[in-house]
Amino acid sequence: MKDKRITLSHGAGGRLSHDLIEEYFVPCFDNDPLRALDDSAVIPVQSGQANRLAFTTDSYVVKPLFFPGGDIGRLAICGTVNDLAMAGARPLGLTASFILEEGLSLEDLKQVLVSMKGAAAEAGVAVVAGDTKVVEHGAAEGLYITTAGIGQIPDNVTITSAQAKPGDAVMVSGPIGDHEIAVLMARGEFSLQGEVESDCAPLNSLVQAMLKVCPAIHSLRDPTRGGLATVLWEIAQASGKGVVVEEGAVPIRKEVKGVCDLLGFDPYYLANEGKLVAFVPEKEAAKVLKAMQKHPLGKEATVIGKVTLGNPGKVLLHTPIGGHRLLEPLSGEQFPRIC
Amino acid sequence: MNPHNRPDEGRLAPRLIEEITRLADSPMRLMEVCGTHTVAIFRSGIRSMLPPGVELISGPGCPVCVTPAGEIDRAIALSRREDMILATFGDLMRVPGSSSSLQEERAQGRAVRVILSPLDAVKIAEEHPDKTVCFFGVGFETTSPAIAAAVMEAQRKGCNNFYLLSSQRLIPPAMRALLSAGKVNIDGFILPGHVSVVIGKAPYCFLAEEFSLPGVITGFEPLDILEGIYLLLRQRKEGRTEIEIQYSRVVQKEGNPRARGIMGEVFAPVDARWRGLGTIPASGLALRDGFSQMDATQAFDLPLQDIAETPGCLCGEVLQGLVRPPECSLFGTRCTPEDPVGPCMVSTEGSCAAYYKYGRGNEG
Ligand code: SF4
Repeated sequence: MKDKRITLSHGAGGRLSHDLIEEYFVPCFDNDPLRALDDSAVIPVQSGQANRLAFTTDSYVVKPLFFPGGDIGRLAICGTVNDLAMAGARPLGLTASFILEEGLSLEDLKQVLVSMKGAAAEAGVAVVAGDTKVVEHGAAEGLYITTAGIGQIPDNVTITSAQAKPGDAVMVSGPIGDHEIAVLMARGEFSLQGEVESDCAPLNSLVQAMLKVCPAIHSLRDPTRGGLATVLWEIAQASGKGVVVEEGAVPIRKEVKGVCDLLGFDPYYLANEGKLVAFVPEKEAAKVLKAMQKHPLGKEATVIGKVTLGNPGKVLLHTPIGGHRLLEPLSGEQFPRIC
Repeated sequence: MNPHNRPDEGRLAPRLIEEITRLADSPMRLMEVCGTHTVAIFRSGIRSMLPPGVELISGPGCPVCVTPAGEIDRAIALSRREDMILATFGDLMRVPGSSSSLQEERAQGRAVRVILSPLDAVKIAEEHPDKTVCFFGVGFETTSPAIAAAVMEAQRKGCNNFYLLSSQRLIPPAMRALLSAGKVNIDGFILPGHVSVVIGKAPYCFLAEEFSLPGVITGFEPLDILEGIYLLLRQRKEGRTEIEIQYSRVVQKEGNPRARGIMGEVFAPVDARWRGLGTIPASGLALRDGFSQMDATQAFDLPLQDIAETPGCLCGEVLQGLVRPPECSLFGTRCTPEDPVGPCMVSTEGSCAAYYKYGRGNEG
C-alpha cells in the first residue's frame, strides 16, 4: 500500500480501474444506489410537500490539496451541499467525478475520500454515483473533483436573491475570510505562520434550523469566491434594492485581519466555505438570529446591516468613523502589495 | 471579536470632522503622497465626511506605479533566462511591460515567485543552488532596509547564485521634482508614515523652507488621517508652515538611523527614471561596489529601453496629482483592474485602482 500511485492503467477501464473503484471508492461512499454499480443511481424522492428540485454542480481545484481545516474532498462535498442549502433544499444525493493525475499517491486519494465520507455524513447525504478518469502526469495538479447535487425544496420555501425587501435584516453566520487565508497560508508561498483554519462545513442543517423558525427567509447565499462584498452586491443587483452594512459589525478574526493588513487585502473579498449570508424579514430577524446562534455553525452569527429602498443595486458600507463608501464586487484577483 | 476599529473611533472622528470643518474656511488642497494613504482614505470613507473645501489629491507614492515599463521589461527578460527563478512582490505580477507581464510569463511556465520579504528570495537561492535566483526589488525607503539586509545575508552566506535587480526609489527627491516642475497646485502634504519611520523628519524640511508648504507625517488609521488633515488646517490658521509628526507613536524625529545605516552600507543613490516624472537626480538606489557581484544589471545583458507610455494612459499625470483617475478617458472602460492599461490600475495602492474599487459613485 505504501507509496502506491495512480498510473494511467487505473483509468483504462479494465481490471485496475475496477479494483480502484471497488477498493477505494465503493467502501468509502457505501450506499445502496452506489453499490449497485449500474449506469445510473436510482434514488427515492420523498413524497409530500416538496415539489421542486434544486440541482447544482461545481468543480474543485485547490492547491494545496490539504489545508488546515479541510481538503479538496471536504470542499467538494460542502460546496455542493451548500449550494443546495442556499436554495432551501434538503439534499437527496450527490455525484462525484474525479480527474486523477498519474502519479497521485493512493494514500492521498484515500485520505481525500475518507474526508468526503466524513463531510457527507455530517451533511446527511450520500454520494450515489461517480466517475474517475486518469490524465498524464503534468496534465492536472494531483486531483480535481466535480460534484453535482440534487435536493428537494419544501413548498413553503422560496429563496432567491431577487427577493430582498426593504427593512430585511442582513446577517452573517460567523467571521469572514477564514477559508481563503487558511489556504493562502497553507500554500507556503509567503512566510506567514498563523492559526487560521478553513471554515469549510456543510450548512444544510444550519439552514434547516433557520427555516424551521422562519420559512419566509428571503435570500440566502454562501459567500465563496468573491467574498461577502460580491454576494451582497449580487443581491442588491438582483433585487433592485440597496444594502447598508455597518463595517464595525462585520465579524473578522484578528488573525485574518492581521494577514489582510499585511498583504493589503480587503477581507470583504475573501472566500468562505462554511458561512452564509441571510436576508430575513425584519420582524423575524431576532428569532432567526437566535436559531443560528444555537447551532454549532452559527454561534458567532450576527446582524451586519439592512436592506433599503434608497441606493438601489448598491451596497453602502458605513465605516466606524462615520464615513461611508460603496462596496463593489471583486474585480480581478487580490495581489499582495509591497509595503 | 471585531478588530476593524479602535473603540473610541466612533466618538473621536466626529469631533475631528467638526474641527476640520471649522478650520476649513477657505479651500485647502492636500496631497497624500503615499498609496497606502489613498487606499485607507477610500476604505474608511473619509472623503464622504470632509467639508467641500478640503480636497485630497493622490501623489506619486505607489512604488509599482512609478516603475517605468522599461524596468518591467528587464525583469521579464530575466525571467526568460534558462535556469532563472525571478522573485518579486505580488503587486508587480500584472504590471504591463511593453509586451508582456510577469504574470503572463509565469503562465507560460517561467519560474516567477511571489514573495513577501526580500529574505525569502535569499532562502530560495539557498534551496536551489543549481538555479540562478534574482530578486526584482521595487520599493521606497520603507522596503530598502529589508532589501539591504537580504543582500548582506546573501553575502554572509556566500550565496553566489543570488542577484538583485534594483528598482528602488526615494520619496523626498520625487517631491522636490514634483514641486520644481511647478505644475501641481497644492497647499500641503499628508506625508507617508511608513517611509518616515526610516527617514525621519529632516528630509522633508525643504518643503516648508523652500516651497512654503506644510507637511504632517501621518499614520494609516482613519483617526490618524483625520488628525493629519486637522493639523495641516491648524498650521494654516495659526500662520505656521512646518513639518509636524502626527504618527509619533511610531515615527521618531530622527527616523531609524540603524535602518538607514544598513541601506547606506549596501546602496548608493543614483539618478532614476520615474514614470510620469522623468529622470530625477539621486532618487534611486544601486548596489555599492562591495556588492556589485550581485548586481543583475552587471551580471546579465539587460539593456534599459525607453518605452513610450501607452497612448491614452494618463498615469504620468495621475502620479503628479494633475489629473484625477476618472478624468482619464480609458478609466473604467478600456482600463479596469481585470484588464489594466497602466500600472496605476494594477497596483493595490495605485490611484486608478483605488478610485475604481472604492471611489465610483462616492467621490468627494
Ligand atoms: S485609468 Fe488606466 S489608462 Fe487611465 S491613467 Fe489610470 S491606469 Fe492609465
